[in-house]
Amino acid sequence: MLSASQIVFERYFEPVFEPVNFDLESGQLLLVTGANGCGKTTLIRVLAGILHPTSGRFESQAAGMAYVGHYLGIKDDLSVLENLRFMRDFLGTSGTSCEELISQVGLTRVAEQQARTLSAGQRKRCALARLLVSQAQLWLLDEPYSNLDQEGVELVDRLLDNHLGGGGACVLATHGSHRPGWAGTVDYHLVSGAAA
Amino acid sequence: MNTEAASGSLSRAFLALLRRDLLLAFRRRTELLFPVIFLLVVVSLFPLGIGPGPQLLARIAPGVIWIAALLATVISLDALFRSDFEDGTLEQFVISGHPLTLIALAKIVAHWLVAGLPIVLLSPLLALWMNLPTESLGVMILTLAIGTPILSLIGSIGVGLTISLKRGGQLLSLLVFPLYVPILIIATAAVMAASDSLPYSQFLGLLTAGLITSVTLAPFAAAAALKISLS
Repeated sequence: MLSASQIVFERYFEPVFEPVNFDLESGQLLLVTGANGCGKTTLIRVLAGILHPTSGRFESQAAGMAYVGHYLGIKDDLSVLENLRFMRDFLGTSGTSCEELISQVGLTRVAEQQARTLSAGQRKRCALARLLVSQAQLWLLDEPYSNLDQEGVELVDRLLDNHLGGGGACVLATHGSHRPGWAGTVDYHLVSGAAA
Repeated sequence: MNTEAASGSLSRAFLALLRRDLLLAFRRRTELLFPVIFLLVVVSLFPLGIGPGPQLLARIAPGVIWIAALLATVISLDALFRSDFEDGTLEQFVISGHPLTLIALAKIVAHWLVAGLPIVLLSPLLALWMNLPTESLGVMILTLAIGTPILSLIGSIGVGLTISLKRGGQLLSLLVFPLYVPILIIATAAVMAASDSLPYSQFLGLLTAGLITSVTLAPFAAAAALKISLS
């Protein structure tokens, strides 16, 4: 679904990470691990199309792509429900019930509250609900477990199981405190370019 | 996906974004009202500072109202993309696969509705304060109605370029004011010509040409600027 060959991204003429190669099939989870500053976020942002690789290429056959990064893209002045409804209308994924997704991520109690009043973990859950709204086949998750309580971590794993079991694919970057339990997990250890 | 379905989904995305931006503007009412109040204060200071000579006020009225409109627009410009840039929403827009040009255009339209349209609506009151002759009031409103969208459009390019800078707002004003100069000259020339009972349609024609040009080109330039700022 997503294949990358020799992706290099340079910042100030220095490669951020060593050339990246992988082949991701549907139902697979690519677990990108590595030390702080080795370029996990940069790689995810390249795959998302926000940054352009200096050299190398990647091809995606996925129907739609969704991304959860460090900046969650949630509007503080809108309620959880309004945030999701906007994304649904914006992406044109009609047929998704936002209320149902909110209950799936455990935010029903705060659905009408403005996002500024939410805790960091609740905001993360809201961003996870947006993943579901997008109905995208490929998920790009950057540290999805940060800020989440034990129940939230289990929620991410459950969402991943559903998504990957339904033929989706996912690239997940984490510094490694928790490992998703999905059987089709492929490890990818990212090496900082400065080490070369 | 066939082209009809694609354009349908694009117009839905456009409307969804426009609606969200207007809703956000009304949620942050102080941000919405500040440029308008600024406009009113600046214009009302002129009669106090210059003295209430009706002839003199009428003479400088077009320039004063237009300069105040420029200042009020520049104040409100920074909000155009900043919050979406800072909270990561812009990244989500890029990933959505919808063209960034369309997104920029939707946000510019929302900006004009919130920041430009109030100036047009308030201009009769400002004209009254400045003792603008009634026969040129219509032209004043017309130049603002054609001109303020140009201000939002040109401004969007500057905002796109400066959004990733910490104090981009200061650079922004240096960047866009020179580009606003032709609009200021043409618009005030039109109103002054109308005050002197001279033909003014050529000025309105020039302004309209400017509007058409900037509607056609500015969203593309703003989208390109945003892409640079994101990387």
